[in-house]
Formats: sequence, structure tokens, C-alpha cells
Amino acid sequence: MKAILGEKLGMTQVFDDDSRVVPVTVIKAGPVHVTQIKRPETDGYGAIQIAFKELPAKQITRPSAGHFARAGVPPAKHLVEVHVDDPDEYELGQQISVADIFEPGQKADVSGISKGKGFAGVMKRHGFSGQGASHGAHKIHRAPGAIGACATPARVFKGKRLPGRMGGDRTTVMNLDVVQVDGDRDLLMIRGAVPGPKGSVLVIRGAVKSG
Amino acid sequence: MNTLDQIEASYLRDDIPDFSPGDSVRVHVRVIEGGRERIQIFEGVVISRSGGGVRETFTVRKISFGIGVERIFPVHAPILQKIEVTRRGNVRRAKLYYLRDRIGKATRIKEKRD
Repeated sequence: MKAILGEKLGMTQVFDDDSRVVPVTVIKAGPVHVTQIKRPETDGYGAIQIAFKELPAKQITRPSAGHFARAGVPPAKHLVEVHVDDPDEYELGQQISVADIFEPGQKADVSGISKGKGFAGVMKRHGFSGQGASHGAHKIHRAPGAIGACATPARVFKGKRLPGRMGGDRTTVMNLDVVQVDGDRDLLMIRGAVPGPKGSVLVIRGAVKSG
Repeated sequence: MNTLDQIEASYLRDDIPDFSPGDSVRVHVRVIEGGRERIQIFEGVVISRSGGGVRETFTVRKISFGIGVERIFPVHAPILQKIEVTRRGNVRRAKLYYLRDRIGKATRIKEKRD
């Protein structure tokens, strides 16, 4: 499976060939370097490890500096492992740019860390409908209501959806359209929204469930 | 200039005349019917401009067979063949939504004198 790392730059809109407005997310994608290759013979599965976003040498620890030196690539901030069918197609230190793996019209899955929403109630967090605005409702408009029965079972079931911390989770949005690929500027434009704030790191993969 | 502005700049049109709310315009719209392209003209008063950059839109209002019709166009849309400004209006606000509540003579807008 092909994949690349990128940084979310923000959203804007472009016009397509039919002059329709297309909302797009602009992603600074790659270039990434292959820092490690895992093979079924040695590791039990096939994967490549890719590195994104160069770091100054003084910000890197000695152990990880050795890891990057072995692949012959500059130290980078983010390392991600991507499963591939045939790891022999890749070589250590190889550079992958966004134009190598995506072209307009393809579908992509985008993963990232969603924006943190803090301590959220059940309406926002789980989509509960809340309670009446009137008919005598008092101070319980957004409350969850009953959370279980009485003496049987005399407890609240595990997994009961309740208020709590929301967001800040790894989230994947599947089957997004690739609108434009700019190999010179390493830019990728994807139709629609993707998880996370501007500046967050995303993993963009070829769609696994397309078609 | 950041990357997003650069991307938007490539979609901005430089052949758009300067116009503002209160102006009367003729908007030439490309319409594709049965594989054939023709130009449709929407003529009316600009009652608002909103947004910025490539997202900027304007609203044109006209009275068609006694019914008020408003159409919102993106300023930089390729679907617009051209925009003709036929009359400059002298108005004192940016959004002329009050025109919706008026009919006939009351909808007149003073012409701008330089």
C-alpha cells in the first residue's frame, strides 16, 4: 500500500472544469525518505518506515541519529511504518515524493489526530438528542437522561456513553478525492475536510476500500 | 505570501471590473444545454458582496415577472463570461437587503455623481 506523510496547511476552494466550487484541504505532502525496510523473512511482515520533516542535527538524539545515518538520510521529526506488499520494491534512503504515488482522480484515506474538544457532553460527544426545551424541563436540556435500570442490574453497564474528553484521537477519513497534485511544490489537494488543526501531521494512503 | 494564498491567486481573475453594492450590472453567464454552450444574461442590482479572495461572492437582485429573484455568483468563477456595470449607485450601506421589503418606486437607487 502506498502512503506518504504530510502537514495540513488549511482549507480553501478551487473551481473544477465545470466551474463548480470544490472545497479542498491543502496538504504539504512529503518528500519522505525510506529509513528502514521490514521483510517477511526477517520481521514476519513486509513494511517500510518513512521519515518526514527534516530536523537540525542538534535536535536529534545519538541513537536516532545512528538510525538515520544507517539509511543515509537527514534526520527527521516523524517516523511512520507503512505496510507494503513487496518491500523489495523499495531501497534504503529512497526519496518518495507525492507525485510518485498520487494523481488527480484517485481516492485517498487520510489519518490524523483530531482537534481536542475538551470535556464534552453527550449531545456533542455521542450525538444524543438531549431533552425538551420546554414542557417544564428545568436545567436538563442537554443532559443524557437515564443511564440504566434499577435494582437489576444495580450498576451502570461498561461502555455506557457518557460525557468526557472528546477529540485528540487518531481519526481516519476514507475515500476522499484527490483533486490536484503539485510535484514541484510537494502539495496535495484533497476534496473535503481532514482531521486535525493546521500544522498537524497526516498520513495519506491510497484508499483501501475504494470502488 | 503563504502557500494557500498562492493557490488562491492562481484562481483569481484579473478581468473583473470594479463594482460595489448599489451598482446595476449585466452578468454574462455561460450555460451548457445539451452539450451546447450559450450565454445567459442576468441583469439586476448588486445588493451585497461577501467573502474575500477566491471565496468572494456577490448577490444580484432583479424583479422578474413581478417576482423578486436573487442570484449569488462567485466573483472569480470561470462560468462568468463577463460582468458589465451599467450604472453606478449611490448607497450608504454595504448590504442592501432593505430592497427586499420594497416594491416599485421605493426600490430606486440614486445614481452616483463624481
